Amino acid sequence: MYVILYRIVNGVTKAMSVLILGIETSCDETSAAVVAEGTEIKSNIISSQVEVHRKFGGVVPEVASRKHLELINAVIREALDQAGLSFKDIDAVAVTYGPGLVGALLVGVASAKAIAFGLDIPLIGVNHIEGHVFANFLVEANPVLPATCLVVSGGHTELVLVHGPGHYELLGATRDDAAGEAFDKVARAMGLGYPGGPLIDQLATGGNDNAVPLPRAYLEEGSLDFSFSGLKTAVINYLHRVTGQGGQVNQADLAASFRRAVVDILVDKTISAARRYATGTVMLAGGVAANKLLRNELSRRAGAEGLRVVIPPPVLCTDNAAMIACAAYHKYLRGDFAPMTLNAVPSLQLGVEQY
Amino acid sequence: MFVADVKSAGETIKLGEALGKMLQPGSVICLLGDLGVGKTCLARGIARGVGVNQRVTSPTFTLINEYMGRMPLYHMDVYRLAKPEELEELGYEEYFYGDGATLVEWADLIQQYLPGQRLDIYIERAAGDEQKRIVKLVPRGASYERLVEELMRRVRSGH
Repeated sequence: MYVILYRIVNGVTKAMSVLILGIETSCDETSAAVVAEGTEIKSNIISSQVEVHRKFGGVVPEVASRKHLELINAVIREALDQAGLSFKDIDAVAVTYGPGLVGALLVGVASAKAIAFGLDIPLIGVNHIEGHVFANFLVEANPVLPATCLVVSGGHTELVLVHGPGHYELLGATRDDAAGEAFDKVARAMGLGYPGGPLIDQLATGGNDNAVPLPRAYLEEGSLDFSFSGLKTAVINYLHRVTGQGGQVNQADLAASFRRAVVDILVDKTISAARRYATGTVMLAGGVAANKLLRNELSRRAGAEGLRVVIPPPVLCTDNAAMIACAAYHKYLRGDFAPMTLNAVPSLQLGVEQY
Repeated sequence: MFVADVKSAGETIKLGEALGKMLQPGSVICLLGDLGVGKTCLARGIARGVGVNQRVTSPTFTLINEYMGRMPLYHMDVYRLAKPEELEELGYEEYFYGDGATLVEWADLIQQYLPGQRLDIYIERAAGDEQKRIVKLVPRGASYERLVEELMRRVRSGH
């Protein structure tokens, strides 16, 4: 689909692309991006990136939701500067309004509303998970739909059936810990440090993934939900048992066995969802999508089933505003705008707008 | 101090549920214990007792999860705070002194911000059995002492 819109500027009609400013502040990252036509990333500024630290000085605390306030204007300014644009070039402003931490979300929502009001342009509210799904549309603008999308990060583990923009079905989610959280907690128990995902990934490369027998919780027959708390506890029990008996834990083998257990569950459930709902495409999103074994295994297994696999580059897998602007573009085309009364909704459900 | 021995995750949930039924707006419950010991499991039971029907997941990354039962239930995990002062950025007063009950995981990290009147719950692994846990309830203040006495009475009589 190719859409050309016209705007009359000083009496001259110009064909032009739709430019959307996206804002994302649902958790730790303060991010702003400009995306043209829902596909071309003009800029994508993420506060944890080193350049922003250098440019604006100081250290951005890892948590501290209200610190979004100190960064938001600078991050938006930088997104416009890098795109070579000014506020008056923007056609719509999009913002994550949930799920997330209420104090953090409010900073983004208030900023977006101010911009929409000041410039008299549409305001678009985006669900954070919907944003993650749309990171895939930045890689492949017209994927074969429906698609099965696995969203895995520190805070999320969700299987989403994507019928099309605006039409999603939540097929399954974690009942306890998110996959990324399991990585971090196991890394902590093993004394590896933070963040756990990359450390375990690295250590696992030299280990035997069959060495330590660990449980895989598939839950009830046919369930597409996830549970990682038991796996985490099994690793901790193993550590206690071995050290209690005066033994030495083979860190590489344990890391490899743990990573294998997590990836097996994630990939098995994603493939069975794709089969059950006959989706031609499998998508991956969220910070854990950076895990090498997950990327490889999902590609291999989905490939064997004749499924198309879309995996965004790491920068689009972590929390970022480009994915929000991309999701918003499809809402823009539908005219699905949020009212100026838009509020942060910490427990926003996918596919249910709460304007 | 009151001590309860629980033999399984299911029993932890039951104990939590009994406690949850007794909570009131303004109640603050601190959950302390090592990784994987069952803090979130106990929280899940408490939520059930408060009448929360939603799924209770770990708040480690989200920091605070809010649920609605017969009153709001705030489930916090302060492990990720780099320093206790960051709690101020989260607007903690609105939770501790608000209209709901608050559960705080890893509460030992924010000692100075905790209300003087509260219930501290320590969960420990029992030696020799990987499923067993020892749950120690330490009430701070007269009203929490009465609450724990009543809870122990109900647990013993099987309600």
